[in-house]
Amino acid sequence: MSHVVEINDLRVEFPGREWRERPKVAVEGLTLQVRSGEVFGFLGPNGAGKTTTMNVLLGFVMATSGSASIFGVDVRQPIARQRIGYLPEMTYYYKFLSTEELLRFYARIFRIPSRDRERRIDGVLKLVDLEAARRRLIKTYSKGMQQRVGLAQALINDPDLLILDEPTSGLDPLGRMKVREIIERLKEQGKTVFFSSHELGEVETVCDRVAILHEGRLRVEGRVDELVKQYQCDLEHVFLRVVGYQPRS
Amino acid sequence: MNNALALAGVVIMELYRRKDFYVLFIMTALMTMVLGSVKFFHDDRIVRYLKDACLLLIWVSSLVIAVTTAARQIPAERESRTIFPLLAKPVSRAELIAGKFLGCWLACGLALLVFYLFFGVITASREHVWPLGAYLEAMWLHWICLGIVTALVLFGSVVFTAPSSNSTISFIIVGGIMFCGGHLNGVALHLRGVSGTILHVIYYCIPHLEWYDVRDLVIHDWGRIPWLAVAGATLYGLLYSAFLLGATWLVFRRKTLTV
Repeated sequence: MSHVVEINDLRVEFPGREWRERPKVAVEGLTLQVRSGEVFGFLGPNGAGKTTTMNVLLGFVMATSGSASIFGVDVRQPIARQRIGYLPEMTYYYKFLSTEELLRFYARIFRIPSRDRERRIDGVLKLVDLEAARRRLIKTYSKGMQQRVGLAQALINDPDLLILDEPTSGLDPLGRMKVREIIERLKEQGKTVFFSSHELGEVETVCDRVAILHEGRLRVEGRVDELVKQYQCDLEHVFLRVVGYQPRS
Repeated sequence: MNNALALAGVVIMELYRRKDFYVLFIMTALMTMVLGSVKFFHDDRIVRYLKDACLLLIWVSSLVIAVTTAARQIPAERESRTIFPLLAKPVSRAELIAGKFLGCWLACGLALLVFYLFFGVITASREHVWPLGAYLEAMWLHWICLGIVTALVLFGSVVFTAPSSNSTISFIIVGGIMFCGGHLNGVALHLRGVSGTILHVIYYCIPHLEWYDVRDLVIHDWGRIPWLAVAGATLYGLLYSAFLLGATWLVFRRKTLTV
């Protein structure tokens, strides 16, 4: 099976904020592969290095050492992002644009031919239930609607890999269900989904494989069913044991 | 280029959906019309003062538009986090800078067109002549000057985090060059030693924005500028803008952007 995401011995450090302060190591020696067509859960407590790793994949942060590639292309090349869709944890878009204008702008960036552009925009707006509000400025939207704009922009190029950074954070149960449905639909279509989440029940339901990061290092990686079998408990307890949490008895 | 043009379109749309341009245009128009109603020495034909005031207002307004628009581009993208979904697409940082520059510069050009059209109408209504060639030359040089200013402010926007500090510093630098830039060489000749050398170096390094201010030619109807001089000034402006954009890219290309 081919690898969609490949990370080799990745190290990311940030310079200290104060003079003579030692650099902070966010990710250390991370090696990871995400296979084509799988839903991969990227887990870890806050500050574990999940978002930093995603930032490297998306070209926001440069790796101190090691390498990362998407579809075999070095992540430092913008073309590596041609086949991906990204939904950040907090979605902020140009509020002076309407959803339709925003999607048209992103479609142009992806070089979607103008004859297909409107059809694609119609399709994603229908998928996220924003057809009725497509001509309204984004600044007039509710938080939930803005989150759906985020999903629409992530899907505009019909991506082969979807990177979701805590996609259900701050969503109501209906919104969460919608995101889960979309992930499952993408999986059925053979797309690859790489996402971080703190909702471990949800991860257990939709993910094929997971990786658990703690203090910048990869602690566990494997198939969800195998991990559950190996540790003799559900994914939440696997997670707690891996990060060293001792529950009060 | 496709990405830079798409980005430029968004910048232009933003400028025209904000109220800054309309406010500045209305203020310029109102002040010019009030001045136009004043009759100097009871002679209707004296329009030099009116032209002088109107062009000064146009210069001030255009610099305000150029500096404030360019200063907020990248810091505002980072502050509002719109830069993350954008850079997660196949857009390089060089294209982002080129798009922002192009958008700001074209938006300034459109604003200048409206301002100079207004100036033309006002002066034609009093003088009953329309020296179109001279006006076009003045507007062209003005636009090239705004290109350098936009590139300079964009460079500031990747160095300073806050748009307000960048705007303030940019206004001081642009104002300083416009008022004193041309005199530095003369002052340097009167100084001896290191200070004179430093002033000479500064004179030859700074972009000479004052060369683009040809208001006197328009006000006094001194005729057209030789095309070679216009071409030289255009080339100088484009090279300076390219140099500043290159410097912006060098600073921004590996900058860590954390979500």
